[in-house]
Amino acid sequence: MTAETPREFVLSCPVPLPPGETVLLGHGSGGKLTAQLIRELFVPLFAGDVGGSELARLGDSAVVEVNGTRLAFTTDSYVVSPLFFPGSNIGELSVFGTVNDLAMMGAKPLFLSVALIVEEGLPMEHLGAVVASMADACKRAGVTMVTGDTKVVERGSADGVFVTTSGLGVVPDGVEVGPERARPGDAILVSGPVGSHGVAVMSRRAGIEFETELVSDTAPLTGLVEAMLAAGDVRCLRDATRGGLASVLNELAEASGVSMAAVEADVPVLPPVRAACEMLGLDPLYVANEGVCVAIVAAEDADAVLGAARAHPLGASAALVGEVGDGPPKVTLKTGLGATRPLIMLAGDQLPRIC
Amino acid sequence: MRFVDEYRNGRIARGLLAEIASTVTKPWTLMEVCGGQTHTLIRAGIDQLLPEEIELVHGPGCPVCVTPLALIDEAVAIAKRQEAILCSFGDMLRVPGSSEDLLMARAAGGDVRVVYSPLDALEIARRNPDKTVVFFAVGFETTAPANAMAVKQAKQLGISNFAMLVAHVLVPPAIMAILVSPGNRVQGFLAPGHVCAVQGWREYEPIAREFGVPLVVTGFEPVDLLEGILMAVRQLEGGRAEVENQYVRAVGREGNATAQAVVAEVFETCDRAWRGIGVIKKSGLRLREAYRAHDAELRFASADGVPASESEVCIAGRVLVGRAKPDECPAYGTLCTPEQPLGAPMVSSEGACAAYFLAGRTRREVGV
Amino acid sequence: MCLGVPGKVIDVFDEEGLRMGTVDFGGITRKACLEYAPEVEIGTYVVIHVGFAISVVDEEEAKRSYALLAEMGNLEGLDLPQDPGGVRG
Repeated sequence: MTAETPREFVLSCPVPLPPGETVLLGHGSGGKLTAQLIRELFVPLFAGDVGGSELARLGDSAVVEVNGTRLAFTTDSYVVSPLFFPGSNIGELSVFGTVNDLAMMGAKPLFLSVALIVEEGLPMEHLGAVVASMADACKRAGVTMVTGDTKVVERGSADGVFVTTSGLGVVPDGVEVGPERARPGDAILVSGPVGSHGVAVMSRRAGIEFETELVSDTAPLTGLVEAMLAAGDVRCLRDATRGGLASVLNELAEASGVSMAAVEADVPVLPPVRAACEMLGLDPLYVANEGVCVAIVAAEDADAVLGAARAHPLGASAALVGEVGDGPPKVTLKTGLGATRPLIMLAGDQLPRIC
Repeated sequence: MRFVDEYRNGRIARGLLAEIASTVTKPWTLMEVCGGQTHTLIRAGIDQLLPEEIELVHGPGCPVCVTPLALIDEAVAIAKRQEAILCSFGDMLRVPGSSEDLLMARAAGGDVRVVYSPLDALEIARRNPDKTVVFFAVGFETTAPANAMAVKQAKQLGISNFAMLVAHVLVPPAIMAILVSPGNRVQGFLAPGHVCAVQGWREYEPIAREFGVPLVVTGFEPVDLLEGILMAVRQLEGGRAEVENQYVRAVGREGNATAQAVVAEVFETCDRAWRGIGVIKKSGLRLREAYRAHDAELRFASADGVPASESEVCIAGRVLVGRAKPDECPAYGTLCTPEQPLGAPMVSSEGACAAYFLAGRTRREVGV
Repeated sequence: MCLGVPGKVIDVFDEEGLRMGTVDFGGITRKACLEYAPEVEIGTYVVIHVGFAISVVDEEEAKRSYALLAEMGNLEGLDLPQDPGGVRG
């Protein structure tokens, strides 16, 4: 044989996957199923057996070193439905969401890319509004959009538009923030009231409309994070998006090999959000946020960091909600009755297509 | 939130717990009927805080859980029809049918829509005159008035493309079925507060008399449940068997006469199969003759009559009548989770199995 | 679907021949059918279930019975951790 015979494509995967299994909505929810998919499919293939590889670290961004400079690099796709919801839209969300993922590693966000997958038939006006929002959001976040891509797919193959943004930032010397850094004794801080984003999105979905102002909390957290980092030893940061506060606590507990004990009554929730959750049968602890982060702070700096957060407009309702304890990893919640119960990681999501 | 927050007061709750502990002298088995009550009890950990002597078993008050399998299959079949739009309450979507659930029907191209109120479904019918809009009418007596009004409006306004797949069930026959079943251990009931807001509690008085069991109409917040338990325990300790009302802010003896009248106008009682439990006579509602034009079962005669089949592993039937606890089930948390449920109680917001799972209860080994 | 939530009627109007109201649940509002609560006026609290008022909250009864309940919270010898102020249940 002289010419190279085309290799037949064989569906074989070195990583054992259960036969006949299909992808479920839950695999994209940010909960247990997502974690399982990452752990069992992505990490082995991309990170091999190398323990401690950056991907396996599962931070909000990857931090890689290039010529002595630490760069934070992240990507995220946005499939929220509907595209426009009270307080924000998919465009703004895609910028602030990625900016926040960079900020969660202590990085200064600098550059963004955007890839759009647009559904044929989307009114040009809607696309224009989304992109205009993105441009405005970049300005407000102090980042520059430097490259992008656009694809159009047939009607029905995408829901209006799917947006993917990637972000690049620089981690200043001396800043060490990562999901594995929580230690027993550290304080758990939440930067603002939870549940607002998820409920605002749900309020626009047909059949569950409310008439009042439930507004998404989508916001760039860079400034808030800078203030907190300057005030004390912030060891972990994670924005509480899909899966909400409960999921973040579970992820951090797992990554750091510690337990976490949260106090339900201390978690701030805006009254209309609480009321909406009551009516929809949702637990605010599991509802997505887009302008709230969780910080694990060294105990001796907890008050200072809390003060710095509260002094910032986006952190006015920041609160200390619990404490880190010894392993093994688990998260518990103390209810007002004095009972303590496990705060589990949900497999799927109460609210699909939330961000 | 007024009339909610006060009933979550930790001090009062702990005071009630202390009072219950000092009142009880013997073991008692109580059943809370409503799934919403089960959820609060488990979430707040009340069952673990009560004195050992008091055992709470969970009742069948989860309408989604007791909706007959055959009706779920029928809803799925209707959803897949081109000419139909199937409207349903949110947590019906992932209740397993014999082979599929409504969410899968939607993924397969069926028009399935979540609604909060039956009036929303009526509105969808109005806006889609070329389709038949079928509302999956599940619920206890609490929901019957809403569903009755939707059908009444449909008839009144001539919205002929609106139909209902009726799966209504009634509480008193279920309580009686539990009380007459051999080996019944339930000695007192926390009666469902919102069912009684509509029905009043008259129908429970003959049950208290005939079976000698206290029934306390109870609300849904932790303080309500603890007060209801205290009232039931006081009766049991005092040898009384009466109907009492804890949920005074929302329930009166006669209930809501206007609502009862509209329900009686639109529905009549019938025998009903309760999923996992079996047929209970005169325990369901169906549309009266005058409203049968809006009956989805008549409009969409079931196509192939494939016999409904349950998972062999699922013990929902026993959980629903308080004969087994969710964490005793061999499949609990492993084969059966909210993401991939074998039965309805693991997926419904009022299901006992879901309540246990979401509160992080782990599988318990059962001694024989 | 026993999910019944109390809210305050802040507006009353007619829609398609049905008496409807706007109900405030402590920060959010939604419309609900008031046909089964014909006596309500603006300011009345009702229990809403699937978009219908099924019962009117008896504020007098609530106050009376709650006063007794509050006594429970004052019992001595209770092991009370600092009161967080509320139970989420």
